Amino acid sequence: MNIIVCIKQVPDTTEVKINPETGTLIREGVPSIINPFDTYAIEEGLRLKEKFGGKVTVISMGPPQAMEALKEAVAMGADEAILLSDKAFAGSDTWATAYTLSQAIKKLGEFDLILCGKQAIDGDTGQVGPGIARQLGISQLTYVFKIRHLDPESRTIVVERLLEEGREVVETKLPALLTVVKDINQPRYPTFLGIRRATRMQIPVWGAADLPGADSSKFGLKGSPTQVVRVFNPPKREGKVEIIQADSVDEAASILADKLLAEKVI
Amino acid sequence: MDFALTEEHQMVRKMVREFAEKEIAPYIKELDRKHQYSRDILTKMGQQGILGICIPVKYGGAGMDYISLAIACEELERVDTSARVVLSVHIGLNSLSLLQWGTEEQKQKYLVPQAMGQKIATYALTEPNAGSDAVGIQTTARKEGDHYVLNGEKMWISLADVADHFLIIAWTDMEKKKKRDHSGMSAFIVERSFPGVKTGTIHGKLGVRAGNTGSITLTDCMVPAENLLGQEGEGFKIAMSALDGGRYTVAAGAVGLIEACLEASVRYANERYAFGVPIGQHQLVQQMIAKMVARRDAGRWLVYYAGWLKNQGIRNTRETSLAKWINCDAAFDSAADAVQIHGAYGYCDEYDVERYLRNSKGAVIYEGSREIHQLIQAQYALGYRQDKPLRCELPAYDPVEWQSEG
Amino acid sequence: MPLLEINKEECTGCGACVSVCPFGALSLVDNIATVDDKCTACGACLDVCPVNALSLPERPEAAAEDLKAYQGVWVWVEQFQGEACSISWEMVGKGRELANQRGTILTACVLGHNVGHIAKQAIAYGADRVFWVDDPTLAVYRTQPYANVLVELVRQYKPEIFILGASSRGRDLAGSVATELYTGLTADCTGLDIDPETNLLRQTRPAFGGNIMATIICPNYRPQMATVRHRVFEMPVPDENRQGQIIPIKPNLSEDQIATKVVDFIRQQGEVNLADAKIIVSGGRGVGGPEGFEPLRELAEVLGGAVGASRAAVDAGWIPYAHQVGQTGRTVRPDLYIACGISGAVQHLAGMGTAKIIVAINKDPEAPIFSVANYGIVGDLFQIVPALTEQFKKKLRR
Repeated sequence: MNIIVCIKQVPDTTEVKINPETGTLIREGVPSIINPFDTYAIEEGLRLKEKFGGKVTVISMGPPQAMEALKEAVAMGADEAILLSDKAFAGSDTWATAYTLSQAIKKLGEFDLILCGKQAIDGDTGQVGPGIARQLGISQLTYVFKIRHLDPESRTIVVERLLEEGREVVETKLPALLTVVKDINQPRYPTFLGIRRATRMQIPVWGAADLPGADSSKFGLKGSPTQVVRVFNPPKREGKVEIIQADSVDEAASILADKLLAEKVI
Repeated sequence: MDFALTEEHQMVRKMVREFAEKEIAPYIKELDRKHQYSRDILTKMGQQGILGICIPVKYGGAGMDYISLAIACEELERVDTSARVVLSVHIGLNSLSLLQWGTEEQKQKYLVPQAMGQKIATYALTEPNAGSDAVGIQTTARKEGDHYVLNGEKMWISLADVADHFLIIAWTDMEKKKKRDHSGMSAFIVERSFPGVKTGTIHGKLGVRAGNTGSITLTDCMVPAENLLGQEGEGFKIAMSALDGGRYTVAAGAVGLIEACLEASVRYANERYAFGVPIGQHQLVQQMIAKMVARRDAGRWLVYYAGWLKNQGIRNTRETSLAKWINCDAAFDSAADAVQIHGAYGYCDEYDVERYLRNSKGAVIYEGSREIHQLIQAQYALGYRQDKPLRCELPAYDPVEWQSEG
Repeated sequence: MPLLEINKEECTGCGACVSVCPFGALSLVDNIATVDDKCTACGACLDVCPVNALSLPERPEAAAEDLKAYQGVWVWVEQFQGEACSISWEMVGKGRELANQRGTILTACVLGHNVGHIAKQAIAYGADRVFWVDDPTLAVYRTQPYANVLVELVRQYKPEIFILGASSRGRDLAGSVATELYTGLTADCTGLDIDPETNLLRQTRPAFGGNIMATIICPNYRPQMATVRHRVFEMPVPDENRQGQIIPIKPNLSEDQIATKVVDFIRQQGEVNLADAKIIVSGGRGVGGPEGFEPLRELAEVLGGAVGASRAAVDAGWIPYAHQVGQTGRTVRPDLYIACGISGAVQHLAGMGTAKIIVAINKDPEAPIFSVANYGIVGDLFQIVPALTEQFKKKLRR
């Protein structure tokens, strides 16, 4: 099994705070992490490799510091890693990101499976996975909750996808791209041996010049159909809370129940 | 001079932090409240390789250096002292002693499963009537044929009910025992399964309630002669050199506890308003925060310096003792300030800082009380005390050798 | 490698750009604005610079006549097992508004097998025209045939705007279609409107875990595509007397060319669909453990509601992810949201802030949840929630 896992380094958005005076994000001290959904993709890749043999290659597009995320993936057990980093890639939206990643995957050669997290927690779009699949012309199975069956001989895979109404069981042919949800597994921590391997590994950095088959007009800001025109703080909900106070818990509960019944929401 | 942590160290920190935050933090408040010890956490620490972090790969360890051990202690105690205590007794006091003094057979039999986390180890010097006064212990080991017969009681032993292996210090020379001549003491590797070993739990501790502390009673306990660690009469030296390992982990953990106090205080100082401004804007609150920063950074360099000496294979009794004394006091002071910053909220267990305060007191007492460490520092300065070469020194860290498969 | 160019000659060091940068990428060094790698080329700083010292690289612009060829607003009508999904009617409602603003018609794309009734419903909900694509291969949603059909239709009929519900299928489909068409797609919009000057679709969405909002446009590519989450827009009232045109389309599909087969479907047992629930009782870190959700379940049962959770509770493993409300969980818009032991982090508020009535029960009077709540009780949820359950049992005679 030749498995490619696409990962993104993101700021831990749960740690992000807003400066109340300027309304800007306080990013100092906010740790950069592997997008949590991508860690499930890495784990699933490692499990498949342990079961079927082969190798796991992690690939990421981002600024030079995204190398940290790749090293962490290697420390977890990935065999190889590639960083796509170039000023030409900067300002990419999801279309250009998927294009660039798929060009790099083409350069890597034959593969059986591509794994991605269902979405990144900073952008929350979930569009890059389907974009890569379409660029490469392979099947996509999004929101995968469980790999039921994988047969490298007949090159088929059966998965359960987590949808609103329940779980859909789908079969497709390899090569395929899967995006995975949180409940698929419990990602392992990096190991000490893996940490040593990661710190000693020379991870190649590819720029636009390393993707000669690609149309460079589709990279980065100029290749991105969407443009951000305005960034602003989320509107505050009109908050006028009525705090219910009473002598006893039962009395407070009774007052609240009456008020909610009066609101006609029950 | 090089003050930088390596990339390897930084990744170790990140990994242990993630581990502690996911595997320990969510449960610790409940465990602490219920005075409950979690075997599950210990098992996971073993699976992750943390229980053999600085032991050579050929002895089942992870092959990292002594600085990595300090980092792991910092990160564990940042979440809860009970987790760091495991490293103190299992690695600092026990496994490093086996690495330093053990025969190849002893290392294979005991160090390997300990480093792999399959067996848990602790150290037992202290007794009901002898703490700082180590030569005041009463436990004896009488030689009978190819066995020693141990009798006595050890107390305040971390992981007493949990550990599989105990490093027991006992008198083998009864004449010297009477004369309080410590060259009559010896060290033994005792398995829980040996006949005559009984352990019990101590209840009602002020802090470290998620940790196990207890007593060990040895009643005609038969220990094979090959389980003598070092030579007969070397027990005191082994006990003291073990403390160089144990105190190092305590000192490092204290830095983590200060870090936890600082993080909690900064968060609260930004959230809580008084007199119309976040309390962080009040200068006396700032002073407490400034002191925490100073204590954390100063403490960290004291520990890393001791760790660097260990990596070089240089004796570090004085430096380790200094780090342990200063950092444990600093952790207690920081925790008291953290509670102060949190006001009444800090006084109840809705916030973690009251646990930090309770947890920080123990380390000011054990592994050399702060008074003992002050005596040690003064005695070195006055020339009353010097380190003499040991028959076995703690091996310097050699990455090639430590990471070879054997 | 920031893309932002700073003309150091022009920069006066006023710092206006530094304070507006949402990413903290700008700073003053020696009194000159300096940008670092945190820059995302969002352009927030460009307009505030009084001396126009900041610029981003020019983008190629499409010829106006090429863009003019694209007209009309489209929505995709999602169906599951022959029933239309309510999210699609929300899209039809919004699409109707946008079409009116642009003075154009609204087209609904109904794909499936034996779904003629849905095509009729689409007219009732507000579509002027329906592309009714009925084929056995389309009975169950699969990316490849659905995407191929829509790509063909777009290429042939050239819509200006195309919106889809941000359901699992909608996101799956939109990503594939937009990639093939080489056009812009904005996910999970919370606001869509037409810029009166440029006539472009302004697509507003939360970013950065809900900490900031961004308005996004797609000036040079068509159609302008967006997905919108469930319950962001209101459900329109259907009008059975509305008239419209239903155009049956025969797709060029054959089953043996479709790699993916749907083998089975396992319905979620006994779970209330969070997104559809009118009442949600939600628990956070304050519930303390898996068993802490029990009183919440009892209250939800009495009220006929669903149980939700904050990320903190899900991350701690107390309740499965399916219950998570918030930025990385579900967006909900119930009539009543009872938040128990939830502090109210911005990521959580992003998922439930539009609830009609919010009740907060929390020990900490300073918890941010109180600032968005309509009613609050400060105290121990383990006393208050059971008391509330008893009161409702009494008052509702349940």
